[in-house]
Amino acid sequence: MSDEYDNNKSYQAQSSEVLDGSAGSINPDMDYVRPAEIPEQDLYHAHSFIEKWIFCQDAKVIGVQYFLTAVFTGIVGLILSWLMRLQLGFPELAGFMTAEHYYQFVTMHGMIMVVYFLTALFLGGFGNYLIPLMVGARDMVFPYVNMLSFWMFFVAVAVLMASFFVPGGPTGAGWTLYPPQTILEGTPGSGTGILLMLISLSLFVIGFTMGGLNYMITILQARTRGMTLMRMPLTVWGIFTATVLAMLAFPALLVSAIMMTLDKVLQTSFFMPTILKAGEVLEYGGGSPILFQHLFWFFGHPEVYIVALPAFGIVSDLISVHARKNIFGYRMMVWAIVGIGGLSFFVWAHHMYVSGMNPWFGFFFATTTLIIAVPTAMKVYNWILTLWRGNIRINTVMLWCLGFIVTFVNGGITGIFLGNVSVDVPLSDTYFVVAHFHMVMGIAPLMVIMGAVYHWFPLVAGKMLSETLGKWHFWITFLGAYSIYFPMHYLGFIGVPRRYFEMYDSPYMTSTVGMNEFISVAAFIVGAAQFILVFNIIKTLKTGKKAEQNPWKANSLEWYTSTVPPEHGNFGERLPVVHRWPYDFSVPGAKDDFIPQTTAPSEVANTEVEKT
Amino acid sequence: MSEQKIDGFELKPGFKGMASDTGSDQTMFKGVHWGKAMMWIFLLSDTFVFSCFLISYMKGRGSTIVDWPNTSEVFSLYVGGVPVPLLLIAIMTFVLITSSGTMALAVKYGYEKNRKMCGWLILATAVGGLTFVGMQVFEWSKLIHEGVRPWGNPFGAAQFGSFFFMITGFHGFHVSIGVIFLFIYTYKVFAGHYESKKRGWFTKMKGDYVEIEILGLYWHFVDLVWVFIFAFFYLW
Repeated sequence: MSDEYDNNKSYQAQSSEVLDGSAGSINPDMDYVRPAEIPEQDLYHAHSFIEKWIFCQDAKVIGVQYFLTAVFTGIVGLILSWLMRLQLGFPELAGFMTAEHYYQFVTMHGMIMVVYFLTALFLGGFGNYLIPLMVGARDMVFPYVNMLSFWMFFVAVAVLMASFFVPGGPTGAGWTLYPPQTILEGTPGSGTGILLMLISLSLFVIGFTMGGLNYMITILQARTRGMTLMRMPLTVWGIFTATVLAMLAFPALLVSAIMMTLDKVLQTSFFMPTILKAGEVLEYGGGSPILFQHLFWFFGHPEVYIVALPAFGIVSDLISVHARKNIFGYRMMVWAIVGIGGLSFFVWAHHMYVSGMNPWFGFFFATTTLIIAVPTAMKVYNWILTLWRGNIRINTVMLWCLGFIVTFVNGGITGIFLGNVSVDVPLSDTYFVVAHFHMVMGIAPLMVIMGAVYHWFPLVAGKMLSETLGKWHFWITFLGAYSIYFPMHYLGFIGVPRRYFEMYDSPYMTSTVGMNEFISVAAFIVGAAQFILVFNIIKTLKTGKKAEQNPWKANSLEWYTSTVPPEHGNFGERLPVVHRWPYDFSVPGAKDDFIPQTTAPSEVANTEVEKT
Repeated sequence: MSEQKIDGFELKPGFKGMASDTGSDQTMFKGVHWGKAMMWIFLLSDTFVFSCFLISYMKGRGSTIVDWPNTSEVFSLYVGGVPVPLLLIAIMTFVLITSSGTMALAVKYGYEKNRKMCGWLILATAVGGLTFVGMQVFEWSKLIHEGVRPWGNPFGAAQFGSFFFMITGFHGFHVSIGVIFLFIYTYKVFAGHYESKKRGWFTKMKGDYVEIEILGLYWHFVDLVWVFIFAFFYLW
């Protein structure tokens, strides 16, 4: 392989035939960009403290509000996981905890982390903050609806948290809420707890729909001049596709929540079969519990990608910026995101292999599941090829990205095991499953969130986070997460079932004691390490070094605002005009190693920029 | 919108046009108002909600152990002692479809800036929607009077009442929301808010007659959903 840059593959920036949108009318001026076709957005500026910081219509403030609320629920989820690990590793210290408490903690930890933490953080937090900035819009297209979206989410979180304090406590049915046991007496929280959970989920769906419409229309209909879909940062592509998935998947959750609420409150039997309890036939009869599983997983599987796709997009941008190289195979990356999104609607029943389904049905879903590995693997290769011979800066952001790739590949490979029916059946409901999904959709997206926080904090707050603390945070989290989840694969292989309060007198009791203690200690340390970030943020806000504009020398539009942090309206007097994709790093012949998206072709006429 | 001119952009028909619009900058749906695009996407999402309801209904009806009630008997009205099946539903459907027609006319007169006609037609649509909801209330109370409950009924499978009240209730909720907005828009049109560019009460945004069309999209969608509910509940 030669070190020479292949000149035939590069493109001399001379004409702008991709810009005019209609073939046959090539404008001879190379810097020509079509005039604006949408009028200036009518923005309502805040007049009071309440309008500016509480009921705010600025997408950036809403993004931060979403972020803080989601982080708060995430910390609650973290504390619940500590309590679970305390019981599993050191039951003698957890005397205050009954089996009912444990089930409730498992349930709430799962639901909080998947829906109220990761989904809200990626789409509500990063989506709100980054979409208008990255596509060059002044704000989201419907700022008022956007504000309602956050407050609906806030109420959903409040209702969820309220369920901790009602008689009977929160629901303990497992985050999948499978009927019939979810709403039957004997399950913890089968009274008010489950009702509040279902109401909270419905509110979340309504609130998310308001936000999702904003994200989609802003990306489709409010891009700045020159910003074609294929010039958008992959972050925007990831969030966009995840939003499309959410708009089509959340309806199934809403419907199942409504039906289960009616089963609970009005004694309907949508999901309830005939049930004998202590020799007595209950009021219920004739419903189908499997119907709930289908509805739930028609939401539940796309939900995995609602969390994963924004992470894919964000990590692509971070890797490209911090390796000073264009993202390898941009178009392939876009199509992989879209392809994964499309396929994710045809795999849901792989969560139901043990529900007694027809083997041919399982065969179909195993096939579609394994097909998803193709675009996913393409993305992993592209990340590695982006790094290959890049000018890699090993800073905190890059460390998180590398950590993401490793954990994601790890979790992806165990996914291949579980996607096959014959392998899944013995592994089903063991700690192998726990290890798999925590690696692939817990730790991996979390690594991206952390990298994104270190990357975009200078933009949001105008100050640089401490690198030293960041590296401590990373190494403890990375090594600690492996200490937690690697042994869990082994626990799964020897057959330890998940969601069990204790192992009683089973042979697991003795053989896994040491390992469970080890995992628990690691979990305590990793959880505590997250507060390094909280400390880092507080310290930086107080005494941190002021960030220059565009500290990472990135190309995308969010770094080219009129002020840092950006003000309401983002770009000052004039919106930016885009001439290229955001990945022109280390272009041969260019003055700097980065060419901002706003740089006109004539300014870089003698360089070998790629045609985008 | 075929005559619409986009500066520096040639709008082409067919698949080629779609590809060129998609590949262009700024907007994907050329000349389409933000609110209109939003409503279309919301309706797509809402379609999934109703699809989930109706698919659950099919699954539930298909797997009950008790026979499903004979719908042409349950839903019939007695006129002079003779049972007429589907009489009420026929009237309800007629009213709702008619209100779709008045809605479409309101959109037309709105774009023609014919404020009076537009306002009266929106009001007519609202009254049509209200009549529909009223007849639904009548139908519900009649069924409840005959002993149909969400958790059981004297005619057959308990799921009949469950699905019926849930799905028609959810649809009726949609109609009611639409009626509320229709009344608000009636006021806005008659008060001339779209001419004076008065800012909205909550959103602080200036309005335009395109809002009538956006509400129209919603109204037609609610009608379309009713056609499916009609087919699945009353004809099956």
